Amino acid sequence: MRKWFALALLIVLGFFLAEIASSFPFGQEKWGVSKHYVDRGIEENRGANLVTSIVVNYRGFDTLGEVTVLFLAATALAFLLSTCRCRRKYRRWDASLILKTASETLYPLLILFGAYIFIHGHLTPGGGFQGGTVIASAVMLMLLSYFSFHPNHRALSTTEGLAGLAFVLIGFAGLVWGGSFLANNILPLGQWNRLFSAGVIPLIYVAVGFKVGAELSGLITDMLKATKEEE
Amino acid sequence: MILEYFMLFLLFLMLALGIYAVETRDLLASVLAAGFISLVASIVYLYLQAPDVAMTEAAIGAGLTTLIFIIAVRKTERYEK
Amino acid sequence: MAFFVSSILLILIGLYAVLVKRNIMKIVIGLSLMDTGVNLLIISLGFIRGRTAPIINTRDLLVNTSSKVVDPLPQALVLTAIVIGVAVTAVALSIVMLMYSKKKTLEIDEYKELKW
Repeated sequence: MRKWFALALLIVLGFFLAEIASSFPFGQEKWGVSKHYVDRGIEENRGANLVTSIVVNYRGFDTLGEVTVLFLAATALAFLLSTCRCRRKYRRWDASLILKTASETLYPLLILFGAYIFIHGHLTPGGGFQGGTVIASAVMLMLLSYFSFHPNHRALSTTEGLAGLAFVLIGFAGLVWGGSFLANNILPLGQWNRLFSAGVIPLIYVAVGFKVGAELSGLITDMLKATKEEE
Repeated sequence: MILEYFMLFLLFLMLALGIYAVETRDLLASVLAAGFISLVASIVYLYLQAPDVAMTEAAIGAGLTTLIFIIAVRKTERYEK
Repeated sequence: MAFFVSSILLILIGLYAVLVKRNIMKIVIGLSLMDTGVNLLIISLGFIRGRTAPIINTRDLLVNTSSKVVDPLPQALVLTAIVIGVAVTAVALSIVMLMYSKKKTLEIDEYKELKW
């Protein structure tokens, strides 16, 4: 009964969604506000990657909000799991020698790769969000292969707080010296397609990279720690 | 042309995996199918000229989301009644 | 067009799981499928045939840029939405773990405390 009712509802909803989507031609030009970003982005920001220019500068305030949502989610998760009596006894296990050796070798390289991605966020595909997730997957690899691998939780939360503070402070520096929040005219813009260019964009994206990396590493560590306890 | 047929195949694969993930009784298989959907989606993003999004989806959808789902499945129970 | 159709179908599959399935893990998996479907729909709205990615790293892309690259705005929106999605999924799963530790069941029909 419930199934047929749900299917009827889905058919109606699918019809309306298809109606809306068919009014947009696929694969053709439909520029809105982003025509300005594309045509004048290099001139105004000098960042070769236009997606980075939009995420960090044109819509930087949105990004600040999203980073806050991430922080709230991590806090809520830590609170919920601290009230949960879901610890279960596990025998102390160890992964195989091959997995342990490989992840020990890969761990520093993956962290270096993540740092490369978010430092070059304004030149190549990538940036703070991608680099942060790569760093979090390095931590995930170590957590999977060693039973007793503990990332320093205090260091993680300190890093996260300092990175968030750096984002807000750069925004306020723009407000004081540049005229608006997150304004990109307080540092010299430099030359197009060079590492030291694009004003404050690389600085903010490095801060976002640290924040996302610390946040997601802390999140998976919390989830894994809440369920296992040494016998 | 061959690339477009390959994309059609990938989209079809995503839908088939989605139905499998919803209908199977084994929650672990369901979680792995959902992770595979994310991996296929990152290839589709690459075809749609969105390399930034493809990187994020590959690292998050196939790595972190699958891990936290597996932790939750191990904590609760594996088979749906 | 196939991209629109399949992303809408993916959203509907996820919604079907949310509406019909009685297992809480299945509901969370359905939410995650809907997330992927919405992201795919937004990205395929910004795609323009025959254009390159919005990264201006060669000199001939510098002039008349808007006739050579795809729309970067949907990509910027989806980029942050994916990262938020994993955090929201983690919170949902921790709520599932908390509920399971109280009643030792994943069936949604067993949780009747809020019904009246």
